[in-house]
Amino acid sequence: MIEKRVISKRCGIINPLSIDDYLRTDGYIVLKKALKTDRIKLIEEVEASRLRGRGGAGFPAYMKMVGLAKEKGPVKYVIGNADEGEPGNFKDRYLMENDPHQILEGMIIVAFATMASHGYLYVRGEYSLPMSTMQWAIEEARRNNFLGSNILGSGFDFDIEIRSGAGSYVCGEEFALIESIEGKPGRTRVKPPFPTQKGLFGKPTLINNIETFSNIPLIISIGGKKYAETGTKSSTGTKLLCLSGNAKVKGVFEVPFGVTIRQVVEELGQGTESGRKIKMVQLGGACGPIIPEYMLDMVIDYERFEEFESKTGAGAIIVIDDRFNIFDILMRVVRFFEHESCGKCTPCREGHAQLAIIINKFIERKATAKDLFSLESLARVMHQTSLCGLGQTSPTAIISTLRYFREDYIEQIDYPINMGGQ
Amino acid sequence: MPLPSILEKHPRSEDQLIEILLEYQAAKDDHCISQEEILLISHYLNITESKVCSVISFYSFFSFVPRGKYVIQLCKDIPCFLNNSGNILKVLENLLGITVGETTPNRLFTLELTSCLGCCDKPPAMRIDGKTYTNLNPDKIKVIISEYSGKQP
Repeated sequence: MIEKRVISKRCGIINPLSIDDYLRTDGYIVLKKALKTDRIKLIEEVEASRLRGRGGAGFPAYMKMVGLAKEKGPVKYVIGNADEGEPGNFKDRYLMENDPHQILEGMIIVAFATMASHGYLYVRGEYSLPMSTMQWAIEEARRNNFLGSNILGSGFDFDIEIRSGAGSYVCGEEFALIESIEGKPGRTRVKPPFPTQKGLFGKPTLINNIETFSNIPLIISIGGKKYAETGTKSSTGTKLLCLSGNAKVKGVFEVPFGVTIRQVVEELGQGTESGRKIKMVQLGGACGPIIPEYMLDMVIDYERFEEFESKTGAGAIIVIDDRFNIFDILMRVVRFFEHESCGKCTPCREGHAQLAIIINKFIERKATAKDLFSLESLARVMHQTSLCGLGQTSPTAIISTLRYFREDYIEQIDYPINMGGQ
Repeated sequence: MPLPSILEKHPRSEDQLIEILLEYQAAKDDHCISQEEILLISHYLNITESKVCSVISFYSFFSFVPRGKYVIQLCKDIPCFLNNSGNILKVLENLLGITVGETTPNRLFTLELTSCLGCCDKPPAMRIDGKTYTNLNPDKIKVIISEYSGKQP
């Protein structure tokens, strides 16, 4: 069995609406311990764990904590990012619906370690049920003084407020999310300054994906060094994966870093529902690379994924069988990002419209060899020059298919026209 | 709930704008924000009307134009597409007699497409007024729609 249920150990077992169930399964014990621990020691444990952000970008978690901790001033924010808009991802929903207090406990520990004063949990608007589960959990945590003033007699004050998204993918990007909490359209800001320096309402802010926060109680409980024994050199711990598409068994699975995509797809997903061959697998979500069947033996870890020049750690594994061709997928990817682009920077705003035009030429077999080169160079320019993660990662599906499915593009080129006229 | 009583629940602070819009639009039968309402909200929060409009136009949840009492949003993204959401869309269009973006003449239903609903483990998925429906098939759609049609007073 390749599954290793650590972060998801309570999921499906406890009643998420009962704080007593959480307390009975060692809940908030780590918080009690943390409140009596030196703040620097807590951050050092996270550093030793080598935990990296689980939202996709994979930024070392302790660095944000150090960044926030060294900022002075009475108002500092900690934000839980649950704006899970990446198609094919549903692990944040799973965590919120099944173990809401673990997220809160992680946020409170991080807030204590960094001396943060206020917390926000930004949940995408589509997630009505997870949002009400989290709201209930926050109220129960307040009643038990895990949130509020003078938490468990420690003298530390901290509370968490939920903010809802309103149907915008880009608000999962940290500065777009900050703008959205401020009540504005979710358009990113130019970095630096980074959020830990100047974030929400101009104050120092730490933003992590809620799966990242869910790892914190475990790290403080067993120690960073022990935590780092699971996984690979570049990626420690476990990862929640979301298996979907044409996989026979779909769902959220927790595995240690270092297992292969093939193990996940074949052992956990049990191949395809149709019994047909796998044509391709998209990793991470719409912003991730599309790889052919023969590459399924690649291991899941941050270092391996970085070879695609994309930040694809969010955890989606979308299995696609051979009834579909790459253009079915690419057109949807491009249209998705065209709609979700905030419009602030030119490469992203104009680029997606142009990508759609070129992809359409391939679908209609009107493409020329020149279109192939235009597509390649446009995708590269967008990747290199867009302001935020959206435009930087959205061409990944195109760049990866140009590499691994080049013959599929060439088949759609209309040679007679190309070689004639010009 | 009328707009003034929703406004009263929120502090007069700009960051409350999205919360107010979400709460009010959900409470309205036509799920949209009108010109007069934009004016009221902007006065209450002491911000310009254009600021309110920029938020409404940016977020796909908000609408300037009246919609049906029940807004049906079918997922258009890849995991649902791979599981036949295209067929579900046809069934919905036939059943309701409208295409995407339109509202039925009795103003009961509006049909929309939405980005991923995070239900990729139970595809295809759709939402009707905040409630999520998964593992859709044509028979299930017929039952759901007739239930909502029956709810008409």
